[in-house]
Amino acid sequence: MMKRKPLAGMLLAALALGLLPFVVGAGMGNAWVRVLDFALLYIMLALGLNIVVGFAGLLDLGYIAFYAIGAYLYALLASPHFGLHWPPWAILPLGAAVAGLFGVLLGAPTLRLRGDYLAIVTLGFGEIIRIFLNNLNSPINITNGPQGIARIDPLSIAGVSLARPLEMFGIAVPGIYLTYYLFVALALVIIFITLRLEDSRIGRAWVAIREDEIAAKACGINTRNVKLLAFAMGASFGGVAGGLFGGVAGGLFAGFQEFVSPESFSLMESVMVLCMVVIGGMGHIPGVILGGLLLAVLPEALRHGAGPVQQMLFGRVLLDPESLRILAFGLALILVMIYRPAGLWPSPTRRREFEKGEQT
Amino acid sequence: MDTLLQQLINGLTLGSIYALVALGYTMVYGILGLINFAHGEVVMVGALTALAAIKPLAAAGVPGPLAVLLGCLLAMLVCLTLGLTIERVAYRPLRRAPRLAPLITAIGVSMVLQQLAMLAWGRNYHPFPQLLPATPREIAGAQITDLQILIIVVATAIMAGLLLLVNHSRLGRAMRATAENPQIAALMGVDANRIIALTFAIGSALAAVAGVMVAANYGIAHYNMGFILGLKAFTAAVLGGIGNLAGAMLGGILLGVIEALGAGYIGDLTGGFLGSDYQDVFAFFVLIGVLVFRPSGLMGEKLAERA
Repeated sequence: MMKRKPLAGMLLAALALGLLPFVVGAGMGNAWVRVLDFALLYIMLALGLNIVVGFAGLLDLGYIAFYAIGAYLYALLASPHFGLHWPPWAILPLGAAVAGLFGVLLGAPTLRLRGDYLAIVTLGFGEIIRIFLNNLNSPINITNGPQGIARIDPLSIAGVSLARPLEMFGIAVPGIYLTYYLFVALALVIIFITLRLEDSRIGRAWVAIREDEIAAKACGINTRNVKLLAFAMGASFGGVAGGLFGGVAGGLFAGFQEFVSPESFSLMESVMVLCMVVIGGMGHIPGVILGGLLLAVLPEALRHGAGPVQQMLFGRVLLDPESLRILAFGLALILVMIYRPAGLWPSPTRRREFEKGEQT
Repeated sequence: MDTLLQQLINGLTLGSIYALVALGYTMVYGILGLINFAHGEVVMVGALTALAAIKPLAAAGVPGPLAVLLGCLLAMLVCLTLGLTIERVAYRPLRRAPRLAPLITAIGVSMVLQQLAMLAWGRNYHPFPQLLPATPREIAGAQITDLQILIIVVATAIMAGLLLLVNHSRLGRAMRATAENPQIAALMGVDANRIIALTFAIGSALAAVAGVMVAANYGIAHYNMGFILGLKAFTAAVLGGIGNLAGAMLGGILLGVIEALGAGYIGDLTGGFLGSDYQDVFAFFVLIGVLVFRPSGLMGEKLAERA
């Protein structure tokens, strides 16, 4: 499926990615570089969820729970809360493993049933994790309850903290730019993995299950294990992204929350990641990346633009940006499903399937 | 012993409400094989609509029970319309789409309804006026309020009525036929679209009643109340065997009782380690337990094979 791109094109893309934060930072202010950082984080999350929802066709509505697990693991292992200060390179893989394990634990009892049940059970699971995070502060204080965990160590690479600017060739590169480069690198790794997965035996097995589980079984696919693998893999990507979020909450961004608390992991966040996958194009990696980028950047634009526009139209602000965001995403989900069910940028095969489906 | 009886009474009240909501899930599932995710939000709209009508009525001097009745009727009307609209806009265009599609639109509908409700009623918790005498009656050391009695009686009456409707009327027969096989039902002259719309309408009207009951029972209504209630009612429907009416009723009442007993005893059982904060967790463990050990539910047909 992937065509071999000329080297020049790759270099140009790399240059563009490298210069992007400087251009954005100079043109629109450093706040937008932070938005870019979060867009990358969301892209990683969306790519993880895409394995579950897009490839294997399993609707996971509690995906943010795995993100929460990763974030809390980072917060617990690298903060004064327990007096532990593990390095990020040790925590991130551990986060992936623990989240994956939770994925298996949750998936094992439910994956042999129909997809609808999985949706509800994962939804419940997401809420349960949040309830536990909220309440596990007594009698033994593990999660510090609703206040969350503060004073987390910032992300660092080889001892160089990303919280401080780095002097390089006479230019001070700010921490958010460094974070951007780290996130771009990790996002590229995740994109590479998912692209290779898609074309692998496992990826084909996932798609076969999505299309027709009984036929897939008849072709000799161990559907239970393969579905479980999809679930665990998606979960572990979520765990890594969560760990990064934990590191970011360690005071990387001035003005951004400097703690990890349960309220960051509400159902709405799960739905937001789902929106990215669905609106972008389920099962199509470029589409999902587009979806992640759009849905991470648009709310920021709404935050700046929606207030004045409403003031002008109605004379007062009826909807705060947060509700407007939820309302817009809800409508987008309905409209996309009805009018463009394969997403904004669907894969060619997927689009054909949907068109065929409409004729029958 | 007193706690046991008291929690049983509370559980029965809560359970009757869950059962009414669960019926909405199970009816739609039975006929379309679809989980109507937005059902919990319909309950919420019902509660808030009724409240909006009851407040001015009570203030104008209309006697309490009459005000509640009128508010309830209005809520039923609004929810019925809402249910029909949801079916028409979000589900009917997708009836032949892949399974995932209607599930995703349902989430969208649920988000939109929640935000619209927030726009209409604000973020505040609305107190539900005390219109029935609050003095509890004593039964064998436990207390039961008039409201609780009323909830249990009304819910039972509605459920009995629904069973009669589905099992012994022409419309009910058409509904069962459509659930069994829509194409063949259509060949027998059943207008499937009409039946499906009616199913949504009935389920939504029940949800409205349940919404009023929840608000009255907890004394509070809120734009965010639908979600967790919907999740629990769905659990109740699965517990009873989704698609099965009697099952939904049984499941609802069982879940209510399990939850009340669990919340009452969890502190003692775990030596104070887990408190009643975890009340919402029980429904989920019940759901997992049912799915692992008896996926077809207590009274359901075998579902796993229909995959």
